[in-house]
Amino acid sequence: MAVNRPSLRLSLWSALAYLFLYAPIAVVVIYSFNAARFGAAWNGFTTHWYAAIWDNPQALSAARNTLLLAGCSTLISTLLGTALAYGWTRFHFPGRRWISGLLHIPIFIPDIVLAVALLLLYSLVSPWLRFFELGLPTMVLAHVTFQIPFVAIVVRARLAGLDPALEEAARDLGASGRQKFRHVTLPLMMPGILAAAMLAFTLSLDDFVVSFFTSGPGSTTLPILIYSSVKRGITPDINALSTLIILASILGTVSVMLLQRKNR
Amino acid sequence: MTDPGNSRQTVRAAFVCGPGLIWLLVFLLVPMLLILSVSFISRGAYGELEWTVTLENYRRLIGFGALGFDPLYPQILLRSLALGATTAFLCLLMGMPLAFFIARLPGRFRAAALLLVVIPFWTSLLIRTYAWQILLAPEGWFGSILRHLGMTELYPGTLAVLIGMVCDFLPFFVLPLYASVEKINWSLAEAAMDLGASQWNVFRHAILPQISPGLTAGLILVFLPATGQFVIPDLLGGAKTVLLGNAIQQQFGQSRDWPFGAAMAVAALALVIAGMWLFYRKSGQKGEWL
Repeated sequence: MAVNRPSLRLSLWSALAYLFLYAPIAVVVIYSFNAARFGAAWNGFTTHWYAAIWDNPQALSAARNTLLLAGCSTLISTLLGTALAYGWTRFHFPGRRWISGLLHIPIFIPDIVLAVALLLLYSLVSPWLRFFELGLPTMVLAHVTFQIPFVAIVVRARLAGLDPALEEAARDLGASGRQKFRHVTLPLMMPGILAAAMLAFTLSLDDFVVSFFTSGPGSTTLPILIYSSVKRGITPDINALSTLIILASILGTVSVMLLQRKNR
Repeated sequence: MTDPGNSRQTVRAAFVCGPGLIWLLVFLLVPMLLILSVSFISRGAYGELEWTVTLENYRRLIGFGALGFDPLYPQILLRSLALGATTAFLCLLMGMPLAFFIARLPGRFRAAALLLVVIPFWTSLLIRTYAWQILLAPEGWFGSILRHLGMTELYPGTLAVLIGMVCDFLPFFVLPLYASVEKINWSLAEAAMDLGASQWNVFRHAILPQISPGLTAGLILVFLPATGQFVIPDLLGGAKTVLLGNAIQQQFGQSRDWPFGAAMAVAALALVIAGMWLFYRKSGQKGEWL
């Protein structure tokens, strides 16, 4: 049966919902071009605040930390999460059914609980192992922890959707297990792995709460910088910085959607 | 697939899954167990951990502190639950029509409309929250409208927190719900209509049972993070809107009373476990909306 087109009332209500969702994003973007240094009054268009980011050493070092953190944690979590998803779907082993529950814990628990739990772990271990003193390494460990489940779930969805006939064909044509994995399974998994990596990267880029609790002196990231600036008062240069982050998130989301579209 | 009892498969699975599972064991389960144990010990004079077993932290949490009954923490708990529930309800009001709207769009618009919900889902919550400070300020876009409606001193306050929560968590509700709405078998609704059921009865008996997994998932995915939120009340609320998340932050931050903060974190975890249990019981398919 053909589904009815949405009614006018439904459309209007949905338009309001979209307006509500996008008003905050729009206001940040618009005010990042506002010439006025203080207050909400519009004082003319400028790109000055974007240029000012390049002269702000704090912002540059925070951007460097953010990218380093997101890059390292995404690399580790994509490797671990992809392997986990592969073993989870392809092998039978005792305790297999508990994996799904384990993976859903980080998705459900409030950020702050994971954050303080890791802070506690680090502070108990760091007197013996200097590596666990708060800083970028401890932040990478924390980010990988909340990224793994997302990677594993996305890659698993891709694996579950694969046509088993393709792998059977490879075997029938005489491919060894390793050859089959290398030339058939892995290339087929690739769009899922890329989408998962992109999601993991975006998650890390946007994370504030976990970073806030597990960072040390000198490992300030962009979200932490934004938070502490907002606490002192919102300024146009913070809006400019935020606009760039929003742009990165939008690009990430759209490319994930396109990658997953290609899967089908 | 080969037979389940195969021990060679178990060995190979251990190599493939092992690193990821060990990671989650060390950096997820062990820290949770540490939080649980620390919630049962006491704090020294300088905020250090003193490993003597006590139930004091939980007594304080339910209001029976060293200085007699103090409703502060029970109030925070109840306020968090109430705000979480209200947020979930408002997301339902706003998001349910949106999910149906998207599902009824013709194919090529549907993907775009869905993308418009997914983008805020993956956009920094911190940024989207501080933006409400600009919007709700007396001279801001929404602030001036609301002032004309007679609502003054909205921000900072509970209402501002609620607005921020609904805006931030709306995609968490719409996405799982949409996954269910998309799969609705409309001929059931049509049959009910042909048999003369009222509009409400069609919804109640022909539609609602079909979308209940997505509905439950959406409500839980809003309620849980909302009750544990720390950024939204911190940026949009005042002193009167301290929630569980802020209280935890306070104990691990300025107050340096980690055991008490750990007890609060355990309370939040208990809520999550209850929520997850409900989620698994009600919504068979997990994670497909990701």
